[in-house]
Amino acid sequence: MSTAALAVEPAAPTPLLELRGISKEFPGVKALDDVSFAVFPGEVHMLLGENGAGKSSLMKVLCGAYRADAGEFYYGGKTVAINSAADAQKLGIAVIFQEFSLVPHLDIAQNIFLGREPKGRIPGTIDRRKILADAARVLGTIGFDIDPSTIVDKLGVAQQQMVEIAKAISQNARILVMDEPTAALSDRETELLFALIARLKADGVSIVYISHRMAEVFALGDRITVLRDGRRIDGVRPADVTPDQLVRMMVGRNVDMTYPRNFADKPGEVLLEVKGLSATTGISDISIEVRRGEIVGLCGLVGSGRSEVARAIFGADPVSSGEIIFDGKPMSGEPDLAARRGIALIPESRKSEGLALLRSVGDNLVVSALRKLFPSGLFDQRRAQRTSDGLIRQLRIATPGARQTVGLLSGGNQQKVVIGKWLAAGSKLFIFDEPTRGIDIGAKSEIFALIDRLVAEGAAALMISSEQVEICHVCDRAYVMREGRIAGHLARNELTEENIVRLGMHHA
Amino acid sequence: MTDISKDAIAPPRSFLSQDAIQVFYRLLAALLICAVLAVLSDSFLSLGNILNVLRQASLTFFIASGLTLVVLTAGLDLSVGANVALSACIAGTVIHKTGSPALGILTGLACGGIVGLLNGVMVTALRIPSFIATYGMLWVLNGLTYWYMAGETLHGFPAGFRQIGSGYLFGLPIPVYLLLVFLGIGTLFAQRTIWGQEIYAIGANPVAARLSGIPVARRLLLVYAVSGTMAGLASIIFLSRLNSAEADIGESLTLPAIAAVLIGGTSLFGGVGTVFGTFIGALILTLVLNGMNLLSVSANWQPLVTGIIVILAVWLDMKTRRRAQ
Repeated sequence: MSTAALAVEPAAPTPLLELRGISKEFPGVKALDDVSFAVFPGEVHMLLGENGAGKSSLMKVLCGAYRADAGEFYYGGKTVAINSAADAQKLGIAVIFQEFSLVPHLDIAQNIFLGREPKGRIPGTIDRRKILADAARVLGTIGFDIDPSTIVDKLGVAQQQMVEIAKAISQNARILVMDEPTAALSDRETELLFALIARLKADGVSIVYISHRMAEVFALGDRITVLRDGRRIDGVRPADVTPDQLVRMMVGRNVDMTYPRNFADKPGEVLLEVKGLSATTGISDISIEVRRGEIVGLCGLVGSGRSEVARAIFGADPVSSGEIIFDGKPMSGEPDLAARRGIALIPESRKSEGLALLRSVGDNLVVSALRKLFPSGLFDQRRAQRTSDGLIRQLRIATPGARQTVGLLSGGNQQKVVIGKWLAAGSKLFIFDEPTRGIDIGAKSEIFALIDRLVAEGAAALMISSEQVEICHVCDRAYVMREGRIAGHLARNELTEENIVRLGMHHA
Repeated sequence: MTDISKDAIAPPRSFLSQDAIQVFYRLLAALLICAVLAVLSDSFLSLGNILNVLRQASLTFFIASGLTLVVLTAGLDLSVGANVALSACIAGTVIHKTGSPALGILTGLACGGIVGLLNGVMVTALRIPSFIATYGMLWVLNGLTYWYMAGETLHGFPAGFRQIGSGYLFGLPIPVYLLLVFLGIGTLFAQRTIWGQEIYAIGANPVAARLSGIPVARRLLLVYAVSGTMAGLASIIFLSRLNSAEADIGESLTLPAIAAVLIGGTSLFGGVGTVFGTFIGALILTLVLNGMNLLSVSANWQPLVTGIIVILAVWLDMKTRRRAQ
């Protein structure tokens, strides 16, 4: 793609910020290869690409965290340099990362003006009244109605995000880079964020928006830039493309977004039966059933107790009452017992709960299967290597080898490692907690194909997901949770997004 | 021709693991120290001195090998020295009272093991951070030992028993054989059993380990019990070598053992390190102190030098590992 292709609209005004021919190389990887990218005033520019496509690297170059090996920057048509975070800040570029950079035990006002506090009359003190007033003004401009002396720790994810945005605005940010800002938000919070984005646009702030969600791309985007393998594939307008075309650009091949499944006519015998399960983690009277050959969805709003049900079944949290019957026999105890009986948990946060990030792919793949692979108790490195090589091939895990540190793999491949360790263990029931979070589309359909194959071979799956589309496409049936209880059950023919939302909503 | 085609389809030759590289660096460092000392001092290369170094290193190693397992799980056992003292005093009393070294040895090992198990219970069941649990245990054990001994010294043990610490077999001190045996057992346990693998997994990420079906609490109990038992073993060798036991013999043991673990490349953050590395760590520490003795450097400098070596070793370790990533 030449830079000439950039000008989507010939009569477009001068870009606020333009990057030309940016390259960035790391040992063994070309993270960015001759990427050009322009942001116009007051637009929402969607940045699309699979994990590892170069979105994060581009973002880090933008905010001065990485120094580009080659390329030029223009701000309002003039050459500039972005060599440090300070350079980026001077140009009015601010990034809202997925992991926030707020200090949890300070209040909102202190966080907004961290390091720039108004000085009090006595040297070394802070003018408390002024900082609160200034913070209130900034919060007012983004329409966030909250007491600025609230401690950040007490805020929800959405509110913390608002504080981050307020902080950026207070530094006169003209370009706001947002990395998957809706990943952890509920639908209602997402709406509020979109309203704020519209407001910022109207004020002339440009937004670079990284997303994995097709719906957002079309709802918000003025322009779309697609990256793949560190290269800019194309720049388009939402009106000129279909979601399928975008997916093809991102993946470089055709991917079926409908996740086809071979729904079994008759499900098998009952594998898991939960009766009246309650736990101190906030779930009560949960009764569900999962049969062999089924994928059963567990839906509901974030915080409705879905993960807590998964953890209670797996023995990760203590159960206060109720019964879990697995494979015909009652079960109670720690996760090691559940794992040995044949239950697998693929936890929501794979980095902190699913993997030992500093250990190798191979170490992580065999960790749950040690007892099965080495019944004598003696560990054999060659046997372990063969097992992990087999899984790497079977799951098509993209890694130079089993010795690679697992933390260096992309999200989708890390998820495959988490699933792989339970395949090695020979599990019968797979509990997936948000299996596709932060995973690109290509890997998503691979993971669904894998789950389909597992249940076709007689295993069963319980799948928690906030992506209702996925639940509807993939599951045989689903339970919907609300405030720690099962609010309803949806059979295959009733499984629609509307029904899930209707059952999951609060009726306060 | 067949060879070439085989090479073409064979997976790329696997590199030495990170752990192996780190151990190799340490061996190199130990050899370097030996070379320097051999040049500077005539008596360094004498058989007597080398055996002396090995015997001294073995004492540190017994304590440090069990400690290595604890540190691999991202824990710490500060009570090992105090445990040695209590176990030695109790074992010594049993030998005096019964006249049976075998019974004394068993009591010493059991005492050490029980103390370790109690540490494990505090860490797992009571969820007290290991640093604090074993620090408290250090004081408790010291208190018990001082009360039990009441200022007395146990002295004079049967000649057969004293052979363990000071005897020779085919020209080598008996502790050196024990060192080789426990180096082998420790390495096999850590690298070649599934418990060892699980210990590394727990140290790397305890939450993920539990959710991967590893019985984390039971493995931690095992690790602290092993650390305690190894302190018990060290107490026996100590007792037999010194031919006496006092309440304060443990005070100078804990910090050198931790130093050996750290110099040996085991990370305090868990999941990284080897028992063999700890052996080299104990060796390096002993070599340097031995060299200083031979060169008539005042013993007052020894703590300072130990500190510098620990800091240097950990810093180099971090540097080389980071580059490898």
